[in-house]
Amino acid sequence: MDKKTIQTDVLIIGGGTAGCYAAITLAEQSDKEVLIAEKADIKRSGCLAAGVNALNAYIVSGNTPEDYLEYVKKDAEGLIREDLVLTMSERLNKVTKHLEEMGLVILKNKDGEYVTRGNRNIKINGENIKPILANQVYSYSNITVFNRVNIIDYIVADNQIIGAYGFHILKNTFYTIFAKTVICSTGGAAGIYKPNNPGLSRHKMWYPPFNTGAGYAMGIRSGAEMTTFEMRFIALRCKDTIAPTGTIAQGVSAPQINGAGELYDKQYGAPTTANRVYSTIEENKQGRGPCFLKTEGIGEKAEEELLKAYLNMAPAQTLKWLERGKGPNHENVEIEGTEPYIVGGHTASGYWVDTGRQTTIKGLYAAGDVAGGCPQKYVTGSLAEGEIAALSALRYIEETTFKTIYKEEQQEYERTGFEAVNKFLHHPEGIYTVFQLEEAMQKVMDEYAGGISGNYGYNQSRLVIAESRIRELRELALRLHAKDCYDLMKIYELLDRLLVAEAVIVHLEARKETRWHSFQENLDFQEKDEAYFLYINSIRKNERFEIIKRAFVGRGVVYEHTH
Amino acid sequence: MSIRINREKCTGCGKCIEVCPGTLLFKEVEGSKAFIKYPKECWGCTSCLKECKFEAISYYLGADIGGNGSIMHVTEEGNELHWHITDAGGNKKIISIDRTKANSY
Repeated sequence: MDKKTIQTDVLIIGGGTAGCYAAITLAEQSDKEVLIAEKADIKRSGCLAAGVNALNAYIVSGNTPEDYLEYVKKDAEGLIREDLVLTMSERLNKVTKHLEEMGLVILKNKDGEYVTRGNRNIKINGENIKPILANQVYSYSNITVFNRVNIIDYIVADNQIIGAYGFHILKNTFYTIFAKTVICSTGGAAGIYKPNNPGLSRHKMWYPPFNTGAGYAMGIRSGAEMTTFEMRFIALRCKDTIAPTGTIAQGVSAPQINGAGELYDKQYGAPTTANRVYSTIEENKQGRGPCFLKTEGIGEKAEEELLKAYLNMAPAQTLKWLERGKGPNHENVEIEGTEPYIVGGHTASGYWVDTGRQTTIKGLYAAGDVAGGCPQKYVTGSLAEGEIAALSALRYIEETTFKTIYKEEQQEYERTGFEAVNKFLHHPEGIYTVFQLEEAMQKVMDEYAGGISGNYGYNQSRLVIAESRIRELRELALRLHAKDCYDLMKIYELLDRLLVAEAVIVHLEARKETRWHSFQENLDFQEKDEAYFLYINSIRKNERFEIIKRAFVGRGVVYEHTH
Repeated sequence: MSIRINREKCTGCGKCIEVCPGTLLFKEVEGSKAFIKYPKECWGCTSCLKECKFEAISYYLGADIGGNGSIMHVTEEGNELHWHITDAGGNKKIISIDRTKANSY
């Protein structure tokens, strides 16, 4: 394997929505050298590879960022970081304007105002949103993009970030990258739990299957404080294709009905994101399924528009309608809950950051799905966080006196980093493959840590079994053999998922109440308990997660780390 | 979820390989045709379909999620994306989307 050492001012890990926008912000505001390391290719990577058909976080005329905060807070049973949600909300419209200037098509009325869908959404054509962001990135001379470079671990000295290790997954090159500051924007984690369709279509999931929790795992391994992994995200989706339901529910005002055609969601408390899933699960449990979005009779024109809208973000659903010979006007759309995902852009799992999005590791920032405490980011919120993280990182560079890393020290970092991956290349081939261990992990999480098969509920006795088996699987994964860097990527993806799985188990156990139905359904404690109106955080020390309970952080404060 | 690559139509240009977010597309040897190495790993994002200028890549639903024999490919003409769907009986349908217009929903 070739070995290369790179120096840069800012390293951005992950060139998805948040990462690209952080780079764009840095390039517009400074002449700092920026390097984006992306596991795939920034033209079509991350959550928006297939496109997106609406911007779901926008402050429509007559509303304020405070209103958006109130919505997010209500949807999350109050437990969010208000400082983070408010600072994000304040930037939503500005980044939207910027996206439009870059070339995104946004629907406008005859007065030139954006056409809204509900209180917070605007209509777009987002099929090519990722190529638009990528083109903008490539227009700046101070941004370098490393596509197909997978970053696996941070380099940290005295709790300060100094760089990261990675490798080119096709060219067998190992990189040691030294950076003054690092922005982590790797996205969240899918594939932790057994998926809805475990066979050929196992990757037909809502969240990108290539987002494997790398950012979370790197932070956990480096001793960063993490938050709210117990608040999993379960999406209510079109059955089988796992395509979004919001476009139908809001676009043509289709209500949820059970198998008998009865409206049911109002019987299960406030219509929060979690309760929409929970109510559907309960109806099925009680024998009143399957559940549907009532679309019959929406009209031919509406049906035609829905076929187009789904081609722009989830083409499988359009094809499904055509395969059935019946579109939504002629047949209600069946719905189901997905497997649980860990994703800080929809729920609050991720790095515990200060108001400027700095993690508890000095000089390391987090933005997008990998950053915790700030749910309902969607596309524009991830852009806003990319901007906040970039501006904070710039300030950090200006205000910090960096220690020189001498040649010998540098070589020592290069050697230890390379050894960590090199050992996999020298392991003998064993009896298990990455895919087998991944399947085993997903089965354990499904059966013992609140997956689909258990209607998302869990109890202490099951979690004990889950934790012990996940740790055993990790030992097996650490002995896997890699013949090249592509294999190495697959091994790291598995190791990262296993570490996130363990964090989820420990966090689920620590929350001795049920705060969010389905998302966190503790069958030992089935009610909400105000004694748990606090954040469950954790730091991994000596191979074990230690739980830290932290008090609520309200709006208007600037939260700073105290260590 | 998966795609099929038509070996007759594939020119080996490599555009699909460049964009695949899962790094699932490869060529056996330089200059040969593209193939999907891990079909079960495909997300179904259709990035490769949109890159292919030779109508060589088509997309289908697995039978496990309701597939009934249809395949779909996409062509580009100015600002329009034309999605071509051919069902198991050979019936064709085209849905065109103007990239300069927003979704109605």
